[in-house]
Amino acid sequence: MAEVLVLVDHVDGAPKKVSYELLTLARTLGEPSAVVLGKGASAAAEKVAAYGAQKVYVCEAEELDSFLVAPKAAVLAQLVTEKSPLAVLVPANAEGKEVAARVAVKTGGGLLTDAVGITSDLTAEQPIFGGSVVVKSKVQTGVPVIAVRANSTAPSEAPGAGTVEQVTPTFSDADKAAKVADRVVEAKGGRPDLGEASIVVSGGRGVGSPENFAIIEALADSLGAAVGASRAATDAGWYPHQNQVGQTGRTVSPQLYIAAGISGAIQHRAGMQTSKTIVAINKDPEAPIFELADFGLVGDLNTVVPALTEEITKRKG
Amino acid sequence: MNIVVLVKQVPDTWAERKLNESDKTLDRASVDVVMNEIDEYAVEEALRIKEAQGGEVTILTMGPERAVETIRKALSMGADKAVHLTDEALKGSDAVQTSYALAKVLETLEYDLVIAGSEATDSRMAIMGALLSERLGQPQLTGARKVTAEAGSVTIERQTDDGYAVVQASTPAIISVVEKINEPRYPSFKGIMAAKSKPLTTLSVADAGLDAGQVGLAAAPSQVVEFSNKPPRQAGQVVKDEGDGGTKIAEFLASQKFV
Ligand SMILES: Cc1cc2nc3c(=O)[nH]c(=O)nc-3n(C[C@H](O)[C@H](O)[C@H](O)COP(=O)(O)OP(=O)(O)OC[C@H]3O[C@@H](n4cnc5c(N)ncnc54)[C@H](O)[C@@H]3O)c2cc1C
Repeated sequence: MAEVLVLVDHVDGAPKKVSYELLTLARTLGEPSAVVLGKGASAAAEKVAAYGAQKVYVCEAEELDSFLVAPKAAVLAQLVTEKSPLAVLVPANAEGKEVAARVAVKTGGGLLTDAVGITSDLTAEQPIFGGSVVVKSKVQTGVPVIAVRANSTAPSEAPGAGTVEQVTPTFSDADKAAKVADRVVEAKGGRPDLGEASIVVSGGRGVGSPENFAIIEALADSLGAAVGASRAATDAGWYPHQNQVGQTGRTVSPQLYIAAGISGAIQHRAGMQTSKTIVAINKDPEAPIFELADFGLVGDLNTVVPALTEEITKRKG
Repeated sequence: MNIVVLVKQVPDTWAERKLNESDKTLDRASVDVVMNEIDEYAVEEALRIKEAQGGEVTILTMGPERAVETIRKALSMGADKAVHLTDEALKGSDAVQTSYALAKVLETLEYDLVIAGSEATDSRMAIMGALLSERLGQPQLTGARKVTAEAGSVTIERQTDDGYAVVQASTPAIISVVEKINEPRYPSFKGIMAAKSKPLTTLSVADAGLDAGQVGLAAAPSQVVEFSNKPPRQAGQVVKDEGDGGTKIAEFLASQKFV
């Protein structure tokens, strides 16, 4: 079976959930090989083998973390040239898409981003215009490089050989042009990443103040969810811009999306419309968010949200 | 500091956006079009750097003839001149091809910085900065929420999922900015009047020295094979809070196995 390269997203060797999803998807296309780059990469080998990686290409060169994006693309492109895989899958997050873009230019392969599914003939399904249109696309030239969204496939284990192969990279000067001088973590720890969380709880203008976002966070924590926000809330400075969901924010596609005090403007929908189940809490019965909610509650979030948190905590007991 | 700002014309997100039945490309003719919103932030950032340090701001747009309206808007905000790459042969080009065309034009311009919006509201790929950096061999400083430019060097704060990264490079460099970076100005009446006489160079595929075999729908390395308009999501049940709203939602979540 032909090899499918999967770029693993990880923190110090701990793969993110999306990496397991991509390996699971890759198994339906061919033989998955994991590509793990950067600090701690070798530590990921066993973990990715559990999800079917037959080979694990590892590179821990210091340049991969000290320069932005380009060195990762260099190693991945090198592997594409050496191994002639059937396809390359990367997570469709900001950095994954940029790596994919560079690899496509380097190798002359066609590029598809934001896929939510790939069929055995390598046709990718992509929702566009905020999910109102679904296109099926195919790469016409070279090795297809496809960026796949988190939560597109349910990850499932299937042991693979996990044979580790160290990659010796060659970096050009251009690969070392954008130096990462510092990385600063601002988000409060403990919550799952917005892009790959199975549950997202978002607050909008209806939350009313930055302090009141505490009730949104408490609800999120009771569900093990990530916190999102509408642009009205991030523009007002109530919640960090990183957490904005929508057209000009993050695109999320969780199992469950709870929108509290969000009207449901088309630009907000663009970032959450493909969520599997949507729950809305809004005091205005005419709010457009109810048009797409599977369950809508007309009420004041100031009472409903804390009551819901309490009820969930009780049930989870 | 000379800056080229990449500006794209896109369908208004408030309008219903469609694909053409015939060639499955974006229907740009029948919808209202606007400047890609994040590009306004790119223009603003360029103008602020220019106002502090001098130099010239050039707008570069690839797109159909009517994209000239968007170019005029950028000029009326205060940019000095513009280059418009426009040709029927470019229609249907994908992102990788577009980066080839833009890189070719950029090679003929003199700049310290290229600034783009981080993504366009129509394609939402968010990769043009990376593509151009790769093609031009110039540093990629993308996703910037802050830009500090000095003679010969530039530092950005790149927004990440959990905070930011400080990234440094020497010029010329390719920057893309996110919405958080500034508050774009509105064109003044004077600006609108002045824009009418600012230099605008129009380039065809031949003028720009592009290989016609590398652009356009027929040569695209990725192609749409089919598309379907998704029926809008169906509304589910909507209930009114009677003091038991929290419990009602919890019951629904339990029925869906979320709790
Ligand atoms: C190009 C462009 C890009 C954009 N990108 C984005 C984007 O990425 N993300 C995004 O979210 N928006 C985006 N927007 C903005 C978008 O159009 C809306 O303005 C925004 O989503 C509104 O946020 P909101 O729903 O929180 O606020 P509003 O529309 O003001 O809605 C607030 C809602 O809260 C309800 N409410 C108030 N108080 C309570 C209460 N006590 N209890 C319950 N409900 C209450 C109200 O009934 C109302 O429905 C973009 C706009 C443009 C033009």
